[in-house]
Amino acid sequence: MSDTVEQAGFERDGETLRLRGALVTRQVGSIWEAVEKAARGARRLDLSAVSSLDTTGAALVLRSAEVAEGAAVEGASKPVAAVMDRARAALAAPRPAAGDARLPFVAGVGAWGVGLVKRLLVSTGFIGETAVMGAAVLAHPRRLRFNDLLRHLDEAGLRAFPLTLLLGTLIGVILAFQSSVPMRQFGAEIYIPPLVGISLVRELGPLVAAIILAGRTGSAFAAELGTMTVNEEIDALRIMGVDPMAMLVLPRLVAAMAVMPVLSLLMDLSGLLGMGVVMGTLGFPPALVINQLQQWLTLGGLVGGLGKSIIFGLAIAGIGCRSGLSAGRGPRAVGDAATAAVVGGIVATVVLDGLFAVLFYRLGW
Amino acid sequence: MADAPEATDIHRTRVENPVVEARGLTMAFGSTVLFRDVTFQVAGGEVFVILGGSGCGKSTLLKLLIGLYRPSEGAIHILGEDMEAAQGAARRQLLSRIGVMWQSGALFGSMTLLENVMLPLEEHTRLPRAAREEVARVKLGLVGLSDAANRLPAEISGGMAKRAGIARAMALDPSVLFLDEPSAGLDPITSAGLDQLIKDLARDLGTTFVVVTHELQSILAIGDRCIMLDKQAKGMIAEGDPRRLRDHATHPTVRAFFRREAA
Repeated sequence: MSDTVEQAGFERDGETLRLRGALVTRQVGSIWEAVEKAARGARRLDLSAVSSLDTTGAALVLRSAEVAEGAAVEGASKPVAAVMDRARAALAAPRPAAGDARLPFVAGVGAWGVGLVKRLLVSTGFIGETAVMGAAVLAHPRRLRFNDLLRHLDEAGLRAFPLTLLLGTLIGVILAFQSSVPMRQFGAEIYIPPLVGISLVRELGPLVAAIILAGRTGSAFAAELGTMTVNEEIDALRIMGVDPMAMLVLPRLVAAMAVMPVLSLLMDLSGLLGMGVVMGTLGFPPALVINQLQQWLTLGGLVGGLGKSIIFGLAIAGIGCRSGLSAGRGPRAVGDAATAAVVGGIVATVVLDGLFAVLFYRLGW
Repeated sequence: MADAPEATDIHRTRVENPVVEARGLTMAFGSTVLFRDVTFQVAGGEVFVILGGSGCGKSTLLKLLIGLYRPSEGAIHILGEDMEAAQGAARRQLLSRIGVMWQSGALFGSMTLLENVMLPLEEHTRLPRAAREEVARVKLGLVGLSDAANRLPAEISGGMAKRAGIARAMALDPSVLFLDEPSAGLDPITSAGLDQLIKDLARDLGTTFVVVTHELQSILAIGDRCIMLDKQAKGMIAEGDPRRLRDHATHPTVRAFFRREAA
């Protein structure tokens, strides 16, 4: 089948704009603006030399007639006229009404505030629902789906081990190496192990483990539950009388709370190992490094760090599940839920860490 | 075109300059043969229906025709060009002359309907933006969606999504439109409206339609000719005018299909 079509063209003859050739999608792009310009002031659009026309060509003819302020369209052959009629009817259909006007500033701020309060109320409801479900499971532990819990422990915990080990070691190396330069000026390199050790055990270990959990697991929870929400699987569960909180949320919360102290401890140990390697290269024997750590690290500091990591896990998993369950419709909903889970998880972790810092200070830990 | 009646339900029609031609298509996944030796020709301006029960390979055949899959054996010619041989610019050119409406509509969720229809125009034409918008409005008007131009796919019904899918497939005024299950999941009134739209577009614009469906009423309403695939036979068991097959088919599966009987 031949692919060649007659070249599209036009000429202005007095008050007549004469179009010719094949006015088809592939051709009209190059002449559209010139035809529009030539149509100004024309009183007749002559289509007698148009050999073929598709709906894009028809749109050009109709646009030219509009520019010429109602010029008569003449001379169209029967097939060309049929396409013209179809396109004319298509354009005559009512167009969408203009969208809602933007609210004035004060009303806009008010609407934003109301929206914020509504979201807070929904979040509070979620926390309440989770607490009630948690209490119910404590009374009837068989309601917790053990197989799901194992799957989440594997995905959130075991599979995060390599990344945690890598990041922990590198953070230990970097901290020790960077602090060695100023410490050397004061002859205080011997204090690098307590500096890195206390930083890791009290703050960095739980914090970086929480960031790993938010990035890997919080987003995965939101994406999985978000997809289920979009596919109406959550509604199906509710209709079947299965509580989505018990089936979907609780195993994830318990898994996140269980893996966080393990990830934090792993982060602490790998960081200390990295620091030990740097100290070795600086000429300090391992026994000296261990001795320093024994002297400065306290059980309270370690337990505090691991304890708060459990709360970080709860917050990250809760925010991830909540983002997924409140996902909207459409393909962007899942992406938005995953983003909200990661951002919310990291912000919540840092805010909680600040609160723990104040609390531990008051308790004298 | 000239009919050459045979003893079976396969009434082949010779077509001069076929718009779509499949020759001896065989599709196998590993050692599992889905269908073999599928051969047919589609004439310009006709509505050609590929029908069959679930799992017989209708949608796979459609994906072969539009070049998404490669056949294990056989050849496909679209508008006289070998689909497999066309590469680079030639393939791009060929793809701009066909349109596909997917079963789900496959509209881009982050774009309004108008933007969805404008996308192919942006990629394949040199039309200025205002012209692209004007042309896209014509296509949406053709499928009766002018007033929904600024809506997102998530905000429209299934029937509207199918029509928007057709509008986007028609963005470049293709010579051939492939439709995958256009009536699936629609109520009878919406489905009948869609059938009417297909007939109108074929008649007024001369567009060739290749429609994959198993909706009997649609097949009888829109189909000029059809082929039927069968899972057991692993290939074609009927070809011809669907109304004639309904009344005179001899193959038990074809008869059962057209008479809505359990096979």
